Amino acid sequence: MWRFISLRLLQAIPVILVVITVTFFLVRMAPGGPFDGEKAVTREVKAALEAQYNLNLPLFQQYTSYLGDLAHGDLGPSFKYPGRSVNELIAAGFPVTAELGFYALLVALSIGGLAGIIAALKPNTMQDYIPMSAAMIGICMPSFLLGPLLVLVFGIYLDWLPVSGWGDIPGDKILPSITLGAGYAAYIARLGRAGMLEVLNQDYIRTARAKGLPEWQVVLKHSLRGGMIPVVAFLGPAFAGLLAGSFVVETIFQIPGLGRFYVQAAFNRDYTMILGTTVFLSVLIVLFNLLSDILAAWMNPRLRAQYGSN
Amino acid sequence: MISRFLLVCFAATLLASCSGGESNVQSGNRDGIFHYGNGSEPQGLDPHVVTGVPENHILRALFEGLTVKNPYTLEPEPGVASSWDINEDGRVITFHINPKAVWSNGEPITAGDYVWSWQRLLTPTLGAEYAYMLYPVKNAERFNKGTISDFGEVGVKALDTQTLQVTLNERTPYFLQLMDHYSTFAVHRATLEKFGKTSDRYTPWTRVENMVSNGAFRLKKWQLNRRIELEKSDTYWDRDKVKLNGIVYYPTENVVSEERMFRVGQLHYTNSVPLGKIPVYKAMTNSPYVQAPYLGTYYYLINTLTPPTDDIRVRQALSMAVDRDKLNKTVMKDTTTSAYSITPPDTLGYYPPDLFGYDVSRARELLAEAGYPNGEGWPGLELTYNTSEDHRKVAVALQQMWKEALNIEITLTNQEWKVYLDSITNMHFQIARRGWIGDYVDPNNFLDLFLTDGGNNNTGFANPDYDDMILREAPQSATREERFAVFHKAETLLMEQMPIIPIYTYSSKHLVHPSVNGLPPNLMDSINMKYVWLDQGWQPPSEASD
Repeated sequence: MWRFISLRLLQAIPVILVVITVTFFLVRMAPGGPFDGEKAVTREVKAALEAQYNLNLPLFQQYTSYLGDLAHGDLGPSFKYPGRSVNELIAAGFPVTAELGFYALLVALSIGGLAGIIAALKPNTMQDYIPMSAAMIGICMPSFLLGPLLVLVFGIYLDWLPVSGWGDIPGDKILPSITLGAGYAAYIARLGRAGMLEVLNQDYIRTARAKGLPEWQVVLKHSLRGGMIPVVAFLGPAFAGLLAGSFVVETIFQIPGLGRFYVQAAFNRDYTMILGTTVFLSVLIVLFNLLSDILAAWMNPRLRAQYGSN
Repeated sequence: MISRFLLVCFAATLLASCSGGESNVQSGNRDGIFHYGNGSEPQGLDPHVVTGVPENHILRALFEGLTVKNPYTLEPEPGVASSWDINEDGRVITFHINPKAVWSNGEPITAGDYVWSWQRLLTPTLGAEYAYMLYPVKNAERFNKGTISDFGEVGVKALDTQTLQVTLNERTPYFLQLMDHYSTFAVHRATLEKFGKTSDRYTPWTRVENMVSNGAFRLKKWQLNRRIELEKSDTYWDRDKVKLNGIVYYPTENVVSEERMFRVGQLHYTNSVPLGKIPVYKAMTNSPYVQAPYLGTYYYLINTLTPPTDDIRVRQALSMAVDRDKLNKTVMKDTTTSAYSITPPDTLGYYPPDLFGYDVSRARELLAEAGYPNGEGWPGLELTYNTSEDHRKVAVALQQMWKEALNIEITLTNQEWKVYLDSITNMHFQIARRGWIGDYVDPNNFLDLFLTDGGNNNTGFANPDYDDMILREAPQSATREERFAVFHKAETLLMEQMPIIPIYTYSSKHLVHPSVNGLPPNLMDSINMKYVWLDQGWQPPSEASD
């Protein structure tokens, strides 16, 4: 198992290097630079600005010096926010996005998992069709529609919950978490249903039923662990996707997360910020994929045996 | 089971949030805290480094210039300078600094602070984008461009600690207005030097624990992308007039979310209003919607160097075929005014020339003269705009007007912001959307855009007579009337050549809570927080209104 983990970590290094290199040169190829604004600046001012951030050096030299700084964990200064380093901006935004992603995942798991189990228990009946149709709607409904709808109903008409903010007013974390989690809940419901259906047809479940166990014990103790393997395999990419994809929800609810910085950095041509966030998120994605593989192995004895023997 | 536990948690939080119900507006009115929707997170708070409107709002509450614009009249009134004298030829201005004016750490503000701060702004290596604000000062431009390196030659001197003498290149009637622009503000030398070199753009001197400022408010809390809190300064010289105890700025990037925040009482004031909601707000009785003319023009640039728009008749035909009043009524929901020239009307009493109007038959004639009778042989034209729903609507409307009036095809291309800027700068376009917001109230701020090879000209328009009028004749005029007459002549020449298609004059649009006072609408959309107060006794109207 340790061998498997260390091998995967080693494989990640070239992947991340490629990500850095491609991003570095791609952002430079995009038209427009960080100091182009609506009001044109003089040639002298632009040259001075570029000199301040070493953009006057040859591109390859900039690349190597970026890699050197990166090796020390220094992501450089932000161009858009003078006085802030990229490390600082990520440190400010990431905890918020991670918290939002975590709650959204809880929402997704609880609603989606429950719906999947319920549907799998009586396949091809109303008990299956209703949650699965709801899941289909959940997959189709984009967060930029669901978010404002929830705000309109619960925030404005009913006046139960705050319409925006994060940690400022009690309850303001509920609507964004549901909005972000809903789409994933739908996926989890469908994956959970498929996984559970497969397990419920296995011989050992029939045995469990035959020895007279109550139905809840059959479901919770015997089927759940096996049935949820596809869901767990999905969790790693899902969490990474939640982190990288929270931009829309962060904008709707005015949440000071990393997603807003990430997207705006691209619009602003804030080179260091684009690179910094991309590198940071790609490291996270690699880690979460690994984590979900480990979790899946822990739940599935066959996989575990496979990793152990290698 | 996890899900049941979670449901209970959610229910509990839900109930908790229902019980406490005081909105920001209610608590703010009680405690004198103004909740301000500010559009976006400021780049920073160093007045010499940042540019932008949200930055301007915060900086003008944190700092104070030598003079300050009165929000009702926009005329300069005493700020750090308690008075000033202007010599006969208008070239030497002597500012007398108020002895009571101090920094937020209690140290007095001196004339030397200004000399040092202006030197910093003009230092070439700082790369200050607004350094040109001081170009009217003698030798400032040469120092900023590195032609001279001795700041002693620049026309700013501290005669003693309280007297600042500024020598200008020539009479500059709008110079006092510039003293209220954040780029000309003084910064606290010792604080800056403690955290880095004079020319460093990124030092931590503007952090809450470090910052020293001189305005009616001082920085209390700065949570990135969440809120910036200011509190009333107890060292400000005119503190007895300041009525607010604090201001909270929110980075309300999404205008729809901002409107929702206003609706539930999280904001006293919004940065903007979604276009679609404006008719609803306008129809309300006691509407919080406030709209006022704004010192800005929305126009299309024309590339005058490439066919078919290198033909003046084509440019005129295009401009005359636009039914601006209809555009404003339908697309813009009556939130703008039709523009037929670059300078907004009533810019400090100046009115632009009125040379043409909506005239389809004349437009057809002109197009026929140019060789495209009823659009025959038209080579096609591309209209470029930066990606935005509102710009698209305008472009589509004009595309249709041109099709109907002139029977010509225009194709629309949208580009992402920086790509669009790149196209504009390099003139890789045929017609392109553009907007210009004035930095100070003076026709010069709009007319000097079209100087030959000007950085913001972008049309290829070049006329030595025009340059001469703007650069030489206007500054040498002795009176305002004479000067405006020169501008009028220049603008007439410009609009006859039609290197742009003016479309509308901007409006400022805000939602303002009825408890807010001392916030008059004005051409600059300029707020002086010193004048703002909240009505503590304000109560919502007795019957429920929706």
